[in-house]
Amino acid sequence: MNAMATGAGSIEGIRSAIARGETTAKAVTEIYQARIAGEDPKIHAFLSVDRDYALAQAARIDDLAAKGDPLPKLAGVPFGIKDVLTLEGFAATAGSKILEGYRPPYTATAVKKLAEAGAIFLGKLNCDEFAMGSSNENSAYGPVHNPHDLDRVPGGSSGGSAAAVAAGMAVATLGTDTGGSIRQPASFCGVVGVLPTYGRVSRYGLIAFASSLDRIGPLGATVRDAATVLGVIAGHDVMDATSSPLPVPDYTENLDHGVKGMKLGVPREYFAEGLDGEVRAAIEGGIEKLRAAGAEIRPISLPHTRYAIPTYYVIATAEASSNLARFDGVRYGLRAPQSDTLAAMYRRTRDLGFGAEVKRRILLGTYVLSHGYYDAYYKKAQQVRRLLTEDFLVAFREVDAIVTPTAPTPAFKIGEKSDDPVAMYLADIYTVTASLAGICGVSVPCGKSRAGLPIGMQILGKHFDETTIFRVGQALEGA
Amino acid sequence: MPETERVSPADVRRVAELANLELTAEEEGRMRRDLNAILDYVAQLGELDTAQVEPMAQVSEVFGAGSEQPSEKLTVLREDEVRPCLDRAEVMASAPETDGVFFKVPKVIER
Repeated sequence: MNAMATGAGSIEGIRSAIARGETTAKAVTEIYQARIAGEDPKIHAFLSVDRDYALAQAARIDDLAAKGDPLPKLAGVPFGIKDVLTLEGFAATAGSKILEGYRPPYTATAVKKLAEAGAIFLGKLNCDEFAMGSSNENSAYGPVHNPHDLDRVPGGSSGGSAAAVAAGMAVATLGTDTGGSIRQPASFCGVVGVLPTYGRVSRYGLIAFASSLDRIGPLGATVRDAATVLGVIAGHDVMDATSSPLPVPDYTENLDHGVKGMKLGVPREYFAEGLDGEVRAAIEGGIEKLRAAGAEIRPISLPHTRYAIPTYYVIATAEASSNLARFDGVRYGLRAPQSDTLAAMYRRTRDLGFGAEVKRRILLGTYVLSHGYYDAYYKKAQQVRRLLTEDFLVAFREVDAIVTPTAPTPAFKIGEKSDDPVAMYLADIYTVTASLAGICGVSVPCGKSRAGLPIGMQILGKHFDETTIFRVGQALEGA
Repeated sequence: MPETERVSPADVRRVAELANLELTAEEEGRMRRDLNAILDYVAQLGELDTAQVEPMAQVSEVFGAGSEQPSEKLTVLREDEVRPCLDRAEVMASAPETDGVFFKVPKVIER
């Protein structure tokens, strides 16, 4: 069951059909709302939907169309938004009980840009609590089920964002990716998921997990849709000092130029022990298609790859322990009742509000930053982060992009890894490297397992060179 | 690193206190087990000699290394000027307890 099979439209298809008067934004919105009503009780991708809000947005597009005014890029296109991103007046839970009932008084820049481009917001999407997880099982509101096999996870943490597109409940969605949280669920659900270069998309309005790693990116049914959405949400923002002033290219302009003459690196470390045989075969098949399309395939080495997961879990948890200190029952969200002192209120609120994985990461992050351990863990991880980044900078001197599996296996069963944090962390083994280095990447569907589970190819590119990875993805998609 | 556990029960309690987390006895045991498993895995970073490597705290500092126009890729900081911020009433609407001007909390000083 993929987006095509359920008859989902493309972004340009929907926009131009509305512009030509063949349909209305209201009709399109109602089709997707009906799909959510029919499919989501099984999948649980949405944490909240607001029918009237979406229909009001659609009415504004239909007014424009009726007047014959030019329609913006995403006019009438139904979206879902991961629930770690704020939309003024909409509940934003981050998948956590500690933010239950919180309605932020401001809108994330990426979400605002979608709205200005005419997007319709169907609702907010389920995710692992504070985006911490690789399976969506850490959501305080219950797991998301993979539309391809309801007994399996959709990946995480943007599991709802990937599953909604895969089940045809949204044309495109926004997710966030700190260590693989867009790419890995995109792979598990058979959709396209983009990790933009760090700084390409403003993080204003993203409920922070690990600020030096967090990124916002689109998920869609096709490379073209995902590239179109990135073009809308990218760009400098005064509200995020780490957002880049570099101009945003038209990512769809050269999409069909192919890969002829392009040099694609295949890092041997990503095809080593731990890679599922069916995933290996699918990715090798995809690489052969790119070779047949004219790409030059070069074996490369990214020698520090095996150190990426431990490096990531030290840095990400250290930053998380600091970012999540703000959830204290004072300004918003949950407050534990009947505490006699402020200190007791803090502790009881955080005990009631946070789930096990969030507590685990806060404790680990606090530990690695604490007196006597800072140099051994945190500083060490920051040093290895540089080595991992330099691996990519060296490789990109001789190749234009790098192709790898997105995840070592297809989607696993719900419950299969939930009792073993290290086994769960290894689900991100091929994605955390790009997160640490700040480079861009995209996961594109690349075949299925015998059981019918999607497999994704990860295409990694230089800082701010999304154009190249989209071209490779488009070539793979069309091959 | 020695074979003994890296994180003792006392360590878990100390870190939980630093992080303002209250743990039940059961949670404490589980967290000690998990932290030890994760830190055993992290210990392999010790294999790398990083004595001459500068720590990397964030990404933007490395853009220059791989780009043709490094100056353009650096982050820009805005002018430090006074600008309007969120309305107090809207912010206070989210607070668990407020008098409309301040956030109210239980007493701070224990006697």
